[in-house]
Amino acid sequence: MGLLSSKNKEVLVGPLSTNNPVIVQMLGICSALAVTSKLEPSIVMGISVTAVVAFANVIISLLRNTIPNRIRIIVQLVVVAALVTIVSEVLKAFAYDVNKQLSVFVGLIITNCILMGRLEAFALGNGPWESFLDGIGNGLGYALILVIVGFFRELLGSGTLLGFQVIPEACYKLGYVNNGLMILPPMALIVIAVIIWVHRSRNKELQEN
Amino acid sequence: MATKKFKCKVCGYIHEGDKAPDVCPLCGAPSLDFEEIEPEKKGGMNRDSNAYTIIYASVMVLLVAVVLAFTSQSLRGFQKKNEENDKRQQILRSINVSVPANQAEAKYNELIKEAFLVNQDGQKVDGDAFASDVVKDFEEHLYPVFVADVDGQTKYIMALSGAGLWGPLWGYISVDSDRNTVYGADFSHQGETPGLGAEIAKPAFSGEFKGKKLFMDGTFKSIAVVKPGKSVAGQDYVDGISGGTITSKGVDHMLFTSLSGYVKFLTSQNQ
Repeated sequence: MGLLSSKNKEVLVGPLSTNNPVIVQMLGICSALAVTSKLEPSIVMGISVTAVVAFANVIISLLRNTIPNRIRIIVQLVVVAALVTIVSEVLKAFAYDVNKQLSVFVGLIITNCILMGRLEAFALGNGPWESFLDGIGNGLGYALILVIVGFFRELLGSGTLLGFQVIPEACYKLGYVNNGLMILPPMALIVIAVIIWVHRSRNKELQEN
Repeated sequence: MATKKFKCKVCGYIHEGDKAPDVCPLCGAPSLDFEEIEPEKKGGMNRDSNAYTIIYASVMVLLVAVVLAFTSQSLRGFQKKNEENDKRQQILRSINVSVPANQAEAKYNELIKEAFLVNQDGQKVDGDAFASDVVKDFEEHLYPVFVADVDGQTKYIMALSGAGLWGPLWGYISVDSDRNTVYGADFSHQGETPGLGAEIAKPAFSGEFKGKKLFMDGTFKSIAVVKPGKSVAGQDYVDGISGGTITSKGVDHMLFTSLSGYVKFLTSQNQ
């Protein structure tokens, strides 16, 4: 089997659009609402989740033939929790500022439904390499939505991107005001709903009757 | 996982599926001649047995504990340095000096002349003001003071500690040598809402404090944090954060309670 056979490619690319964890499988919505009021935390959160889900997938995939069926969820949780702790420690040591920004949300990766979903649905039944690709694909699919949501929320809510002012001062003088509602979680839900709407109208096969 | 294996007793052909095939594709024997093969047991152990489960769980937990302990130990040096530099940056920001983390130590050593703890009566007591934990100090009624020298002028930096909406708030506030006029302030938080309560960490908020007075007519009043547009009589106030009401109230409360402990220190040497 080649490293990127057509099946593996589907495993990697599918979650970016037609099988996206957030807008199609509706997983990980909770954290997508919480961290996306600014673009930068969205990006770091996306990267962290991608790393954790990829490595957790590999580890669970390697262990899949030894895990006792009755405690498999616990085993998955322990692996995920250990990885998240390591990510958090590494961030604390080498990216202190970013870690401060994400604060509790790094720890909350443990409760991200995407992780358990991928471990249960994919890693338990597939080899390490496919599982790794699946993790990367799903992590990036999640990150993609987070970045889109974060982009619009920061742009419309604060008039900045990555902390830099992008809406010129002149607009404010003409009477433009930042939409404070965009910073609040309900607007994240609405932005995600709009993304789902656009996505489904372009992918007819996803529409439910 | 659900697939079972069936072996043809006539020719030895192995069929995989939920039930035996109607006829054997090799020798044509009927399904009656098939028998189910028990799933192979790895290493001769039953993966569903209690003993296996308990041993598996114990080994896993031990292994994870070792890995985490190792990670924590090997990264502690870096983390401690980051935390110390972060603290130095916060202290420096409260005297309006903003430096990147890698220069914090040098700048701190250059500007901070003295660091000591004072008690409720404003007297100096033994202890390391920088290394000690502010929350614990406050419980023991000890208050860290950092004396800075900015362009020949003495500034006193005091620590603050309180609670916001989601978690602890802390910060530093500096006063001029008259021990009344605020020179600068810096606030930090653990998990306030980004874009709302978290805005207290921005210079736009902490900058409002400059020039405010802690004392009015000789009595300690603290500085109030009020809803933007509102005002308070009898004390200095700053605008809070719109949409971050509870965090703003937390800052207000933190300033009052933390600085109350410093009152004796602030008044003791007033000329």
